[in-house]
Amino acid sequence: MEIFGVPSALLGSQLLVGLINGSFYAILSLGLAIIFGLLNIINFTHGAQYMMGAFVAWIALNKLGINYWVALLFAPIVIGALGVLIERTMLRKLYKLDHLYGLLLTFGLALIFEGIFRDQYGISGQSYPVPELLQGGVNLGFMFLPIYRGWVVVAALTVCFATWFIIEKTKLGAYLRAGTENPQIVQALGINVPLLITFTYGFGVALAAFAGVLAAPIYQVSPLMGSNLIIVVFAVVVIGGMGSIMGSILTGIGLGLIEGLTRVFYPEASAVVVFVIMVIVLLVRPAGLFGRA
Amino acid sequence: MNNSNSMFARAMPILFGALFLIGLVAPFAVYPTFLMKILCFGLFACAFNLLLGFAGLLSFGHAAFLGSAGYVCGMLVRDLGVTPELGILGGTLAAGALGWVFGVLAIRRTGIYFAMITLALSQMVYFIVLQWKATGGEDGLQGVPRGHLFGVIDLSNNIAMYYLVFAIFCIGFFIIYRAINSPFGQILKAIRENEPRAVSLGYDVAKFKLLAFVLSASLAGMAGATKTLVFQLASLTDVHWHMSGEVVLMTLLGGLGTVLGPLVGAATIVSLQTELADTVGSWVTVIMGVIFVVCVLLFRRGIVGELQALIQRAGIR
Repeated sequence: MEIFGVPSALLGSQLLVGLINGSFYAILSLGLAIIFGLLNIINFTHGAQYMMGAFVAWIALNKLGINYWVALLFAPIVIGALGVLIERTMLRKLYKLDHLYGLLLTFGLALIFEGIFRDQYGISGQSYPVPELLQGGVNLGFMFLPIYRGWVVVAALTVCFATWFIIEKTKLGAYLRAGTENPQIVQALGINVPLLITFTYGFGVALAAFAGVLAAPIYQVSPLMGSNLIIVVFAVVVIGGMGSIMGSILTGIGLGLIEGLTRVFYPEASAVVVFVIMVIVLLVRPAGLFGRA
Repeated sequence: MNNSNSMFARAMPILFGALFLIGLVAPFAVYPTFLMKILCFGLFACAFNLLLGFAGLLSFGHAAFLGSAGYVCGMLVRDLGVTPELGILGGTLAAGALGWVFGVLAIRRTGIYFAMITLALSQMVYFIVLQWKATGGEDGLQGVPRGHLFGVIDLSNNIAMYYLVFAIFCIGFFIIYRAINSPFGQILKAIRENEPRAVSLGYDVAKFKLLAFVLSASLAGMAGATKTLVFQLASLTDVHWHMSGEVVLMTLLGGLGTVLGPLVGAATIVSLQTELADTVGSWVTVIMGVIFVVCVLLFRRGIVGELQALIQRAGIR
């Protein structure tokens, strides 16, 4: 069976890869959007925090015998707690300054974390086994689907939509949105805004770490796994416009799929297609697809 | 404040004169290649500072200009047999053209978005350089000959090469200094301080920002092209986004928005990297990160900025 002269199995598997990458883009740009919304800081450490999430899972498995399922909860908590520490001791001092200092501080932190892991583990990656329950695959007729990859898409999207639900439909989310709009008034209403900010940063960081654990069995667990991904995610953020939570989820998945399609029809361009789209979007809609001007 | 500012203004020519003399005799006291590296990165950082320090635009993609100019210069000199001065000119113009493209796209957004857009665009350049056959991919462009300046002066002599680099640095530095201390520079500062007001005063803000961006990109390219000749290679590290971060660090450490800060920052970082490379290995990155964090948290004025503040306080008393 062929579609546009391309074997359907090839098209299907590249679309699946695109969907998986898109899930990672979605979950990472969602984390960035949440942090940006309340802290007005672009969290440059996001890639390093994603990488550390994967490493915590790897270390937990190999040194402590903690399995994948526990790591899925354990790693985000550890890295999220580290995030809380960073917010309390460093980021907090920068809120009154130009937003650029937040970006520069988190960039410096990314260098520190990456350097430490590079010194400890080198740049060649470590492999993380697929958990027993999710090994093997199913034949869908037109393509072969490894179960773990299907799980990654489901898990990532579930977390994304749960986050969307919390922010858009619950009381905590309402405080968050109000805090984004006008922190002074929310503070005056008796809500502890600094605590809310700390919690938000910790949660955004935990999302990155969660993505890292999901990624561990698919990609090599390596100190550099986050630093190249994060630039693409920044492009995703620019394209989406970081205007809405749903916007970052949809943009992330959509761009992953487009990247997958490009890999089928014109592989040389697959590494730059997201940036090309960014250029086009900037020319047509400088505020991004979901952004407010 | 005004009093001590004019004090700085009077002291500046003396300081520049002294530095110029030091620059002239330096290659006889210090290893010339090391000095050339400092001057190349110094010019790069000064060009970057023109944009961030004076126009308030944080470009996180300046490696693209340094790197692509280096590749263009290398290809011109090695593959087309062009003379070095034309190679540098070609690299500079190429970086300027690239800067225009980046600028047109990036100045549509401000602040953090501006930084992210320049970063993403520079990563696009990185991938193109990585995949294009002519640039040598992972290996970079090797064996670039230094050639003969104007077809006469043999640049394989390190001292001759040093004076060329020194001259280029001085030209670049002079252009930046003139730009800062001109009506153009004043308008840039006005835009940095209060953009809506600059607009309401009738300035075409987008045009000035773009001009500053192209100028900064060209000078960064001039530094990159010169660097390729000095080291006789153009490599992927020059186009990688870590380099864009490094130039931010140099400028921040030396003193954002000060005239000499970027040069001091570049000299400090290059010396540190040279010293540390053999002893601590991959901890260099960690140390750079720590310097970054300390600069942002504790002394945002940088080395030169803190010194100026110190002198000013002493002057007031």
